[in-house]
Formats: sequence, C-alpha cells, structure tokens
Amino acid sequence: MAPFHLETIAGTIGYDLIFLLIGMGFGAVLELSGFGDSRKLAAQFYLREMTVLKVMFTAIVVACVLVFLSSALGLLDFGRLWVNPTYLAPGIVGGLVMGVGFILGGFCPGTSLVAASTLKLDGIFFVLGVFAGVFLFGETVDAYQPFYHSTAMGRFTIPEWLGLPYGVVVLMLVLMALAMFWAAGVSEAFFGARKSWQEIRATPWKKGHLAGAGALVLLAGVTAAIGQPTLADRWGWIAADGQQQIALREIYVEPVEVVDLKKDLTLRVDVLDLRREEDFNRFHLAGARRVTREELRDPAFVKTLLAAGDNTIVFLASNGEEEATAAWKDLKAQGVVNLYVLAGGINGWLDLYPPPACIATRAAGDPSGDTMQWRFSAAVGDRIPSAHPDRATRDPLPACALEARREEAVHGAAGHDEETAPRTFVRKVRLQRKVVAKGGCG
Amino acid sequence: MKRKEPRPYVNPYVGGALLGVVLFLSFYITGNGLGASGAIAHVQAAILDLFAPGHVDRVATFAEMAGGTRNALDSPGVFMLLGTFLGGMISGIANRRFRPETRKGPGISTGTRWALALAGGAIMGYGARIARGCTSGQALSGGAVLSVGSFAFMFAVFAGGYALAWFVRRLWN
Repeated sequence: MAPFHLETIAGTIGYDLIFLLIGMGFGAVLELSGFGDSRKLAAQFYLREMTVLKVMFTAIVVACVLVFLSSALGLLDFGRLWVNPTYLAPGIVGGLVMGVGFILGGFCPGTSLVAASTLKLDGIFFVLGVFAGVFLFGETVDAYQPFYHSTAMGRFTIPEWLGLPYGVVVLMLVLMALAMFWAAGVSEAFFGARKSWQEIRATPWKKGHLAGAGALVLLAGVTAAIGQPTLADRWGWIAADGQQQIALREIYVEPVEVVDLKKDLTLRVDVLDLRREEDFNRFHLAGARRVTREELRDPAFVKTLLAAGDNTIVFLASNGEEEATAAWKDLKAQGVVNLYVLAGGINGWLDLYPPPACIATRAAGDPSGDTMQWRFSAAVGDRIPSAHPDRATRDPLPACALEARREEAVHGAAGHDEETAPRTFVRKVRLQRKVVAKGGCG
Repeated sequence: MKRKEPRPYVNPYVGGALLGVVLFLSFYITGNGLGASGAIAHVQAAILDLFAPGHVDRVATFAEMAGGTRNALDSPGVFMLLGTFLGGMISGIANRRFRPETRKGPGISTGTRWALALAGGAIMGYGARIARGCTSGQALSGGAVLSVGSFAFMFAVFAGGYALAWFVRRLWN
C-alpha cells in the first residue's frame, strides 16, 4: 500500500536518492514549461500570458485526480499523505506578501532555483534574496508567534469543509479548472494577441484540449462513482496484520500495566470507555471518556486522536473485550497508533482492584459476553479507589465501607492488605512514532 | 560560431500534466508533495550554523533545524532541492537555454532588475515562511490534496500579485 515506508525499504541513502530523483523531475518540468523565465511568470499578472495559471492548475488537477483515483482503487492510503495543515490567517497574510514578492521579483522560490540553475542572473539574485528573507523570518518571527500559530485547523480538506465526498469535490475542481482554462485562453487572445471578441468566439476548440479535458472529467467521474474507501475496505488492507495482533494478544494490556503507565508523567494515557451510559455512571476509570462506536467513525473525532502527541496512548475499554476489540479495529483502520485494549475489560479491572463490598459485588453470571459482571448498589463513577489505583492519595472510602472497616477492626478481623494486586506482567505497550513525514516546504 | 537558438518551451498544458504526474509520483512514493522554500530554510540554517552556531542555538526557528549537533542538511527536502537544481540545469542544457543572461522587462536596466530580484526574493522568502510553504509546497502540493489552507493561500498570492501589478507595470511592460 502506497505511500511506502521508504526508510525501511530503501535505507537512508536510497531514501535521499528518491527525493533527489523526484526533485530532478520537478526541476526539469519547471524548466521545460518556461518557469525559468521571469517575464513569462510576470506576464500572468498582466493577463497577456496565462502560463503560470495553466501549468499550475493542470498540475493540481492531474495530481489530484490521480491521488484520489488511486485512493478509490485502494492503491494509495490518503490518510498517510502529508496534507499541509491549515493556518488560515498566516497562510493568507503570507500569501499576500508572496504575491508582492512575486510581481517585484518575478519568481517564486522553486522557479528561481530553476532559473539560477540555467544561469539566469536575475534568478541567482532572487535565490540570494530568498536566503535573506528566510533568515529575516527566523530572526523576527518571535515578535509575532501568537499570530504565526493562530487559526490552526490542522489537516483540513475542502471535502471536510463542504461535507461532500472526495470524488465529488475532485470532479468540481476539474470542472472549475476547465472553466478557468477557457477564461485564460480568452484573456490571452484579448490582452495578449489583441483579438476582437468576434474573432475569439470564432476560434474553434483544439482537439487536444478537448481530449485532455474529456480524459480528466472521465477519470474524476470514475473517482466520484467508485467513492473513497470505507472503514471496512480500510480494515481489509490491514486485516491480516491486525487479526494476528489480536490472536497473539499483542493489543491487550493488563490493568497493572495501565496503572503503571498512568503514573508516568511523560505519557498521556487516554481511556475511551465504550460501555452504555448506565454502566459508565456506575463505575469508570478515573479520566475515562465515554464514546460510542458511531463517534469512533466520525472523522472529526478521529482527527483529534490522530493529532494527539507521540506520547499519547489510547486504551479502549468495554465490560469484557469484545466491544473494545471491535472498536480497536475501527480506529486501527483509520490510522490511529499507540492504540490498545484493556485486557479483561472493566470486569477484569474490578476483579483486580475490587470495590468495597458494600458498593458492589461480583455477580456469578455468564463470564463470557460483554456485560457488566459487577452489581453496583450505587452509581459511584470514579469516586472509589478502584477507579484510580495509580494515585498516591486516594479518595476516602465511601461511608458504608468505612463503617464496614470499623466493624472489622472492632471484631478483630484480619488486617486489610491494600497491596494484593500481583505486580508481575508482560509489557505490551510499545510507543510508536507517527509516520507522518513533514512536508517539503515550510 | 553562431549560437543555436533555444528550443521553444513545451505547451503549458503538457508541462502542467507532466508536473502533475511528478507531483503524484512524489505523493505516491514518499507520501509528501513537492517543495522548495522549506529546504532553502534548512540550507540557510546550515550556513548560519557554520558562522554563528551559538546564535542558531538561541533562535528557536534555527535551533529547530540546526541547533546543537543537529545537521540542518540532513533532511529529504534538501535532496529534493538539489534535484530541482540539477533537473533544471539538465533541461536547460538540453534545450539550449543554459547561458548567462538577465530576463527583464524592456523598460528597466539590468541593475534595477537585479536589485528588484533580490528584494522580491527576500519578500518571497519571508512570506513563504509565514505561510509555511511556497508556491510549490503550499499551493501546488496542498492544492492537489485539497487542503483548505492551501487554496486560501493560493488565492492570496494571486490577489497580492494582481493588486500590485498595475502599479509596477513599468517593470515588466
């Protein structure tokens, strides 16, 4: 499944070599299109020659159609592609500044490099200018850090914004680009060649243009018709590995390890509780968040998990393991890493860290199935010590439990041993860094 | 000996389609788009690190790339930058466009053009860092994967250019 984990396949040298080759393709195409010539680039802003717009938008729609078509066909995992995170305000301000630099200097950074490589002296001066600008930025950005980090929206795509399927947006983009190309042709004939409106209207369509436009619309239509991969498709890609991890119980983490990890201040431990609200209210782990399976399929929710830091570990908990394992598959398919299931579920947790007898008792019910095996006389939530065995200072016991303990003391019952939980366990959690490489720019 | 004329540039739609295929391959193989300004920043930080390593360690933006024992050049983008340079050069040589010259509007002197290129480059470099990417890294790459910010950025670049174009028309016409 593309994109490939290049560093493991090709090694560091091979990895760099691939970037070198892609760069060479990039440079060669820019040069071939005439982007090494500042006059050609500047002409865009006088509507005489629309080469910049034509090349840029053709490239965008061609790449866009290919990316989402291969994603629809299950050849490429769009979730693992680098999508420039949106910082709206700095993006717009930076863009306006760049527009000014563009019309004064006649290049953008990439094209100036190509101009310089073919000994265009203005290109060489521009590249030197870019170095100076980049240096100045580093020296001055501290003065406006809050602005630089403002309006951050993370990985935010147009289909997410509009609430439309990816394929439909791709098709819309293609149609929009075609309309722009038509307008560009008119503009060139009008402002460049100074033709009259009658002449422009009489000019026949070029066969090559029609064929290219037809191919783009067709491929975009196919992309929209197939649709992007569903959750089931995505699970299918990784099912072999995933099922093996489940079978080997690699994903099931013992409560003792969870408690241990919660004590580690360098980690962030998130517990997502999948049980019904009643069960959750009766008892849940301290800091747990109740989620439904539907929420786990909501891209907006999953985005928050994906955006979490590399030191975040997510545990899924249900009464047993069944429901949590199903949820694990859902999230795994959506690319969430450092994701585990609470071994034995909440039932197993309570067996290990039992609540006071006056609050809850173990029911002798069917141990299989994903139902609560403990009967609570009150909804205590996380207000009993069982909910946070990791804390040094524990909540006071509920009144009824204190009562029971006092009676025990009076009647000379055996002293309580708080540390009864076995402390040996096999560590399962292996922190994994997110494989989202940084973009080439910025 | 008379110099041969440069070959003409390719049709913009053909060039654009080729660029689109390169961009797609970049995404397909590496998961990343194309870019230039980020790598330029890395090279700049590496150069600064040679002369003022202490200063690099104290300024967050530079320290992130070249602080301490970090090698700013150890970034795949730098190799892409080198490739862009080489690719442009090869294509330039093959198409007889590899020759020292200054491209400028007819109304200005070569010196003016150089000064404006330098100033424009500085503005462009500065803006590219505010926007977290240049025309290739933000507009082109982000646009192809439908990033909202990239489209907003793209329109801002064109808006900025068109807003100023009329006032500086003597530079290019």
